[in-house]
Amino acid sequence: MGGAAGLPLVKFGWEAMNVKRYIGRRLFQLFLILIGVTFLVFLLMYLSPGDPAQRKLTAGGVAVTEEVLERAREDMGLNRPLLAQYGSWLGRVVRGDFGESLNDGLPVAGKLAKGLKNTLLLSLTSLFAALLFAIPLGTYSAVRQHGAADKIISFLTFMGNSLPNFLIAVLLMYFLCLKTKLFPILANGSAKGLFLPALTLAIPLFSQFTRQVRAAVLEQLHKPYVAGARSRGVKESAVLVRNVLRNSLISIITVVGMAGGTLMAGSVVVESIFLWPGIGKLMMDAITAKDYPVVQGLVLVMALLFVTVNLVTDLLYHKLDPRIWDQGEETS
Amino acid sequence: MRRRSFFQGKAPRRFRFFLALAVLLLLTAALAPALAPNDPEKTHVQAMKQAPSAEFPLGTDEYGRCVLSRVLAGAPVSVFGAIGLVAASFVVGTFLGMLCGYYEGFLDEVMMRLADILLAFPQMVLAIAVAGLLGGGLKNALLALGITSWTVYARLARSLTLQAKKETYVAAARFSGCRGPALLFKQILPNVVGSLAVTAATQIGSTMMGIAGLSFLGIGVIPPRAEWGSMISEGRSYMQLAPWATLAPAAAVVVTVVVFNCLGDVARDLGPAGKEMG
Repeated sequence: MGGAAGLPLVKFGWEAMNVKRYIGRRLFQLFLILIGVTFLVFLLMYLSPGDPAQRKLTAGGVAVTEEVLERAREDMGLNRPLLAQYGSWLGRVVRGDFGESLNDGLPVAGKLAKGLKNTLLLSLTSLFAALLFAIPLGTYSAVRQHGAADKIISFLTFMGNSLPNFLIAVLLMYFLCLKTKLFPILANGSAKGLFLPALTLAIPLFSQFTRQVRAAVLEQLHKPYVAGARSRGVKESAVLVRNVLRNSLISIITVVGMAGGTLMAGSVVVESIFLWPGIGKLMMDAITAKDYPVVQGLVLVMALLFVTVNLVTDLLYHKLDPRIWDQGEETS
Repeated sequence: MRRRSFFQGKAPRRFRFFLALAVLLLLTAALAPALAPNDPEKTHVQAMKQAPSAEFPLGTDEYGRCVLSRVLAGAPVSVFGAIGLVAASFVVGTFLGMLCGYYEGFLDEVMMRLADILLAFPQMVLAIAVAGLLGGGLKNALLALGITSWTVYARLARSLTLQAKKETYVAAARFSGCRGPALLFKQILPNVVGSLAVTAATQIGSTMMGIAGLSFLGIGVIPPRAEWGSMISEGRSYMQLAPWATLAPAAAVVVTVVVFNCLGDVARDLGPAGKEMG
């Protein structure tokens, strides 16, 4: 069983000291991973085609001589060894300096901050909406296993998992914007514009969550404590809410944590389609314009967000189920 | 473990059913050039955005190209591209993972940390960035998706090999003088390959979505070469006038992904319980 971040869980007892040691070890692993992630992101940029010095100098459309170019390369540190360049880049990134856009010369950090706000709004809205429907429907589906509603919900969630997000977006656009004119095609940051991109992102999440809730609740329903509570005459709804759902919480949290990756990749696609001004659209625009510093900053920020979400999920997971401390590393 | 009521029935029969559908899709993809009624890249100026007719069964797109022929021409890219990538990741990942699990030590440490680092990125985001920087094309798109896809198999193969080393049959093989690569590939491999193959089967659908997604974003297969994702992207701008140009490749994506996802699910329900993935 891997940790949510894909990190091997470490075999420990669950006395307080070991919990501290576990967290300490996780943080150390996190440090190594961050070094690796930053290096990879740096390499992505280093290996990308094109010469940044030439790009910078010829931005105004003026041709420059090889001599001037060489001097610019020297000034920009492009002739230094790879590791030295990585070191100084990392130093700047740690201070929040992601460099400047090759297109308009504006600092990447500022663009990132602006986009991140919009992307968070979009992602959290769809996450919340997906959970709001998934928990009751998944539970209902499990309680009425093999019933008609269960079959319909299972079919819908299966389809939701099999449709690529760009296709969901295009189909929603076709039926809700072009056929019925219920919504404006472009999001342009308004509340009504938020609906379609959020719905597009929420459909695959809802499908994943519902399937997970259903499986978790089914697993709990077959446990002896449920039969025990029933035989003691506890009301079915009370068993469901107080025991079953509470015990299913762990697997629900895990799948919510794993949704981070789906959301980030989804935001690139969905924001570019509906022109929602978040980091996803920023990323596609930067890729199209070959604006490498922006791409680099975005990939780094998304990876950092992803790692953080996974770490929090993993720690939460351990907090909620102390038995996990006992599981070994072998099955990581 | 994770049961679903969808498409209930006798499991082996379901498996044969979806296997037959998958084979049908493979055949369609292989025979696409022969099946196409028109040249997928030939434009007909006098027949632009035409509704389905006898000559163009699924209509034409904005350049007057036959949509059905283009959908058929896109099939090999999606089907063989996805299966090829999954097979390559499966072979590379399994090989590396088994070596790591069997010999442990330095190699294991390095490979697993590398996998940790790659998995610290949201996979599709990394693929989009890499494919974008490499400048598109099917080869680059497959490469971009492949950077992380092998880790799933490597981790699973490693943990299965670690478990297998504690089994009696491995001890027995050791006593009879079998060791090293012979033990690893003749004794352990046949016992772990099932779970890995099941994992591979469940990944085909999502790999197809990945290829189509990159092409949709304009950083996968480059037009005029036909590919479902890029056809949907192209058709989107005139969807109101010629919805068939978008809906036909969309239907092709859905049908193909659904068939391979069902096949993967049935294989998972039948096969050795594939452990947690990535």
